[in-house]
Amino acid sequence: MSKAFTSGTRKITFRIALGLCISAVIFAIPAYGQIAVKGETVWTMAGAPITNGVVLIKDGKIEAVGTANSITIPSNYRVLNAKVVTPGLIDAHTVIGLNGYLNQPHDQMALDGGGSFQPELRATDSYNPEERLIEVVRQYGVTTIHTGHQPSALASGQTMIAKTWGKNVDEATIVPTAMIAVTLGSGANASGRSPGTRAKQASMLRAELIKAQENAAKKEPAKDLKSQIMDRVIKREIPLLINAEAAQDIMTAIRIAREFNIKIVLDGVADGHMIANEIKASGYGVIVHATMARPGGDRANLTLENAAKLRAAGIPVAIQSGYEGYVPKTRIVLFEAAMAAANGLSREEALSAITIDAAKILGIENRVGSLAVGKDADIAMYDGDPFEWTTHCTGTIINGRLVSDVIK
Amino acid sequence: MKKFLFVLLFLGGLSLFTFGQGRQTAFINARIIPIVGAPIEQGILIVQNGKITAVGDARTVRLSSEVTIVDLKGKVIMPGFVDTHSHVGSPAGADSTAPIQPDVRILDSVNPRALSLQRAQAGGISTVNVMPGSGHLDSGQTLYLKLRDDALKIDDLLILDKDGKYMGGIKFANGTNALRTGSGPFPGTRAKSAALVRDQFIKAQEYRDKIAKAGSDKPKLPARDLAMEALVEVLDRKRVVHFHTHRHDDIMTALRLAKEFNFRIVLQHVSEAWKVADEIAKSGAHSSIIMIDSPGGKLETVEIDYKNGAALEKAGAPFGFHTDDGITDSRWFIRSAGVAVRAGLSRDKALYAMTMAGAIMLDMADRVGSLETGKDADFIVLSGDPLSIYTHIEQTWVEGKKVFDRSRAEDLVFAVGGKGATDDGDLSHGAHCSDGGNE
Repeated sequence: MSKAFTSGTRKITFRIALGLCISAVIFAIPAYGQIAVKGETVWTMAGAPITNGVVLIKDGKIEAVGTANSITIPSNYRVLNAKVVTPGLIDAHTVIGLNGYLNQPHDQMALDGGGSFQPELRATDSYNPEERLIEVVRQYGVTTIHTGHQPSALASGQTMIAKTWGKNVDEATIVPTAMIAVTLGSGANASGRSPGTRAKQASMLRAELIKAQENAAKKEPAKDLKSQIMDRVIKREIPLLINAEAAQDIMTAIRIAREFNIKIVLDGVADGHMIANEIKASGYGVIVHATMARPGGDRANLTLENAAKLRAAGIPVAIQSGYEGYVPKTRIVLFEAAMAAANGLSREEALSAITIDAAKILGIENRVGSLAVGKDADIAMYDGDPFEWTTHCTGTIINGRLVSDVIK
Repeated sequence: MKKFLFVLLFLGGLSLFTFGQGRQTAFINARIIPIVGAPIEQGILIVQNGKITAVGDARTVRLSSEVTIVDLKGKVIMPGFVDTHSHVGSPAGADSTAPIQPDVRILDSVNPRALSLQRAQAGGISTVNVMPGSGHLDSGQTLYLKLRDDALKIDDLLILDKDGKYMGGIKFANGTNALRTGSGPFPGTRAKSAALVRDQFIKAQEYRDKIAKAGSDKPKLPARDLAMEALVEVLDRKRVVHFHTHRHDDIMTALRLAKEFNFRIVLQHVSEAWKVADEIAKSGAHSSIIMIDSPGGKLETVEIDYKNGAALEKAGAPFGFHTDDGITDSRWFIRSAGVAVRAGLSRDKALYAMTMAGAIMLDMADRVGSLETGKDADFIVLSGDPLSIYTHIEQTWVEGKKVFDRSRAEDLVFAVGGKGATDDGDLSHGAHCSDGGNE
């Protein structure tokens, strides 16, 4: 039997284990298994990497992190060994779970064509935790995703933050309503209705924000779904995730955010390297496009060095896998960070853009993003430098559970 | 005045160029991966008049005093990559009038000045098979190009065979791309697709027979038919069929047709190659595979896997890689080899699949794909291990001329991107898909 075939069988077996009898995997280790992860190099992202490090996991949380010499592993702990250990990876912006791998109408739920401005659409009402693309990214060490409605309408809906493991949406979800997905630029134009130009997009967005301001000032504010969610935006409880690739759209995003004193996160930002000073001055964080995104259109000036140039300007940067309408249906954020690491970012900077810095921009750094006592036990294991094309992810731990042990 | 200066500069450049070409250049001290033969530490590669005149080391190659020395200590030299399926130059082939259009030539469609060609050079690609899309059972004739610099017209990129004819294959496709239910002459099912292709090849056989029968009796010759002429070249095994196919059953159908009509076939994409690797090996067909980061995106690729390379290697089937640019980007074509090794392919075979395997598929085994005496001086200079993410392609040479140099700002932009790296021809794969084809 060929090696390819056996590895295929193994993968299928694993999928059956996941799909049909999840409990079997969990029973293989205690429900919240007490695990010790030993790594020749442990990137904690909360200080310098540890050589010959140990991470102790208890009840789904990190119990201790340190050198092998300083930590005694209790005898009843299952020991997992890896060459390189990192925090579970965070994909700072994707659409998987709403959009599926089949790319057929029934599994594409990240864009409703019915309106240009629909911030009331909740990602949690669409999220499919069994989607195969979630399993795919989990096998590469991705443990947290910021996912939701896709770019390509002025406001396409809400985003959510989830772990890449969970029997149902409630179990997977960390933040049910994270941000509102807004797009500025040619991608936001609708066919046959407004907006049809950049200026109209800005005008419509302003009108919605004014409406929200006025509603908030009323004695009895309107309670419809859109009013409720826009009220949270205007009160700075929820940021707009503004996808803007071209320089003029990035500037429009910053301008409108200032006008209304709302919180925003800049998304995509292909031209960011050309206006890094302006972005830095705005103080907003950036979830930069997939490094290997295709150039063209609003992304004509895309560069592999964008993340490095933004970071060098002092801007907080996370890297995303992004939205794909075709093949591949999802990118792997590990590879996108790898390409950034080969084009200006240091290894540590690139890793931080998919761990702790991503967590900070998403506002979840108290739970995930680094290996520190008390944080969720989300860990990725590799048999070498995680960024090398030829390295494998050898295991993924989420909430203290070994949820993937395929060699990927 | 300006014009006059330009002419002077041009003439000066030309004489310098001619001088440079006539003289031997020796690239020394690099690790040379010749692909055919073992890697050479502190190797010597000698180039003259666009050809390789010697490959070896200090023990086997003597440097004459006339030679220009280029010291590449710490670098790696390997052959330029052969991309066996690309859409650089934004070509569009067949139109929407018929599912089979063998008369259409991509020659008449490629933009030789498109910046996508420059980006492909930055990715180390020196030879490329530019194809029309796959929204047809046959979308037209493909074109094999050398990515020479300063192309003003398509002729400047062509590769001529021994008879002086420009080289290329023909693109066929099966599976769902060509299916257009209820839409005129296009097929609605897989069986209909195969039937339509068979019909055309039978017509081509009859056309060929009529010509043979007419012999020198010109009035008896059938009326010239460009479509039939192209298919006769296929029947005569002069023109290779590049057959877009994804699913295991479609792969088998493509092989069946090749056997029935005895044409030479390169299986393109072959997303489910791992399911029928032994059958592919048995057929003797070459495969040109693509590395896609996640399954799906279209129904026929839900089972695509990085392990295709390893599976074909194990089965003993010849295969190479392709970019399908813009599906994957020419600039990081070498990544195909890296992720295929990740999934179990041997490192040697991975580099072979980037180079020599493609040369064989495109009938250029005697000219490109390896660093051997007498072959075209198509090579790349890398900063280190070709399979490492941290390695950069620093130079690309085509026929003894440097066409990409990362140390030059005007070239660097094509490697990393930024303002000026793209042009209108690149817009999101548009020209390629506008003919109804997807990959």
